[in-house]
Amino acid sequence: MKALTAMCSIMAKDMRTYYLKPPNISWGIIFPLAWTGMFFVKTGTGLESLQGVLPGVVAVAVLFGTTSMLAVTVTFEKKGRSFERLLLAPISLELLMLAKTLGAIIFGIANALVPVAIALGIGGIEGIAWGPALGAVTLTSIASTFLGLFIAVSVSEVFEAQTFSNFFRFPMIFLCGLFFPVSQLPLVLQPLSYVLPLTYAADLLRYSLGSENVLAPGLSFAMLGMFGALLFVGSLHCVRRRWIA
Amino acid sequence: MIEVRGLTKSFDGVRAVAGIDLTVDRGELMGLLGPNGAGKTTTLNMLTGLARPEAGTIRVAGIDCTRDPKAAQHLFGVVPDDSNLYPELTGLDNLTFCASLYGMGRAERTERARLLLEEFGLGDAAHRKFGGYSRGMKRRLTIAAGIIHRPAVLFLDEPTTGIDVASARQVRQLVRDLHRGGTTILLTTHYIEEAERLCDRVAFMVEGRIVTVDTLENLLSPVSDTHVLVLVTADPTTGLTPELERLFPHLRFEVVGAREIRVESRQPIAVGPLIREIEERGATVMEARRERPSLESVFARITGIHADQMKREKERKGGGGGAS
Repeated sequence: MKALTAMCSIMAKDMRTYYLKPPNISWGIIFPLAWTGMFFVKTGTGLESLQGVLPGVVAVAVLFGTTSMLAVTVTFEKKGRSFERLLLAPISLELLMLAKTLGAIIFGIANALVPVAIALGIGGIEGIAWGPALGAVTLTSIASTFLGLFIAVSVSEVFEAQTFSNFFRFPMIFLCGLFFPVSQLPLVLQPLSYVLPLTYAADLLRYSLGSENVLAPGLSFAMLGMFGALLFVGSLHCVRRRWIA
Repeated sequence: MIEVRGLTKSFDGVRAVAGIDLTVDRGELMGLLGPNGAGKTTTLNMLTGLARPEAGTIRVAGIDCTRDPKAAQHLFGVVPDDSNLYPELTGLDNLTFCASLYGMGRAERTERARLLLEEFGLGDAAHRKFGGYSRGMKRRLTIAAGIIHRPAVLFLDEPTTGIDVASARQVRQLVRDLHRGGTTILLTTHYIEEAERLCDRVAFMVEGRIVTVDTLENLLSPVSDTHVLVLVTADPTTGLTPELERLFPHLRFEVVGAREIRVESRQPIAVGPLIREIEERGATVMEARRERPSLESVFARITGIHADQMKREKERKGGGGGAS
């Protein structure tokens, strides 16, 4: 019960201090819109291609929304030494890191809802499987958050976290079949796509948002779960090795 | 209450803490006194679970913290040398947040936070953001955050470093009050006067080792009948002491700064002949003051390090502040 109080409090503090700030809210709305707009301008297509674009936009919104926040909620607090206060609290490191990431996971899910709501408002999308879609968005948010966490705990400075995040994020946009199918990539790059979590997230989102998917949904769910678990365990290992040295 | 045996820690091959033994009794206020780099903060970090010991054991209230550093964390409060609360939260929010980390319920934590804010003279600033507080206010709130959950043991790292004299006085009074209330306190400081004013027992720490640990009374007893005279000259005193030692064999001379000589003796020191001899050798004596024998003399005698030297070092590294 005491651990739960601490966890909820950490999450609520992060939400209030970082996530519910106007710049983040506006970023969560503007960013998916900008990506959708860019795609339409580039391809010259209209609303009829919205259904095909939506999974990619949702995945990008979640990826950027979650990973960009961890540099602040974790690396910045570590740099300012306020993170020590959390390390001194009598809760396990696992619960502490879950509390620190829960806000980002919820923020990621909320970011995903923006393009979906806009698409529904505009019309022209159909066949959304809401259950799998929610599962896909949640798992995508978890895996992306833990990727952000892994980066955040592997560096010492906020700018390093941001730089490394971009180092992973931008190649992933092109390698994970978000806007172009993996099969259209050069053969040498295709295996690389399958070691990136976003590939499975994008395919799962395509399946649940009424587009054509390539991989079995069960496999994508399992792979996303595995990536999430590995990244979380890796992050804990990093904290123990680097921050409680 | 705290029992440390053979605690050791190195960083990049440099031994920061070299197998120290330390015991702090229940309700005691123990000071860890030493210059910058002595290993005080590293020791505290190991005791609180922020650093992993290479060797040795730590027990707090009988709990083996070496095996499970988290097991005793509910028992202690920590006030780091840096006021590390959240600048974007108000004083009240910072305290209630810290209380929630120890599982305190909403009503209890709000009541306790308000009470501490009043006690620490921060009631009027309760709804101001921590980032806008003065250094002294930040320090007081950081101490309040350290005791929000009523810990049995409090670790204080350099509690008055970097704050003004008035705030330092307030902080020392708060520490005294906590001690009177029965809290076991282990504080680190490089201010000898602070250790002397506050602590029941003091451990001298130099280069990762505890060179002496005893009660203030016992530490001061060898110098209690010592007479100390400090002479400040207008000109450098270089090369003067060997001759003075020859002329006054019953006195002990020590050059403290370029223009300061410290004289110690078991008998009262006659000032006149001393000044005459110094001035005959071309140095003008600007000031002669008697000092009571203090922990400073003991510390300097045992470690060879002077208080001024420690203060200068700390200020050079950005500590500032004072313990007047």
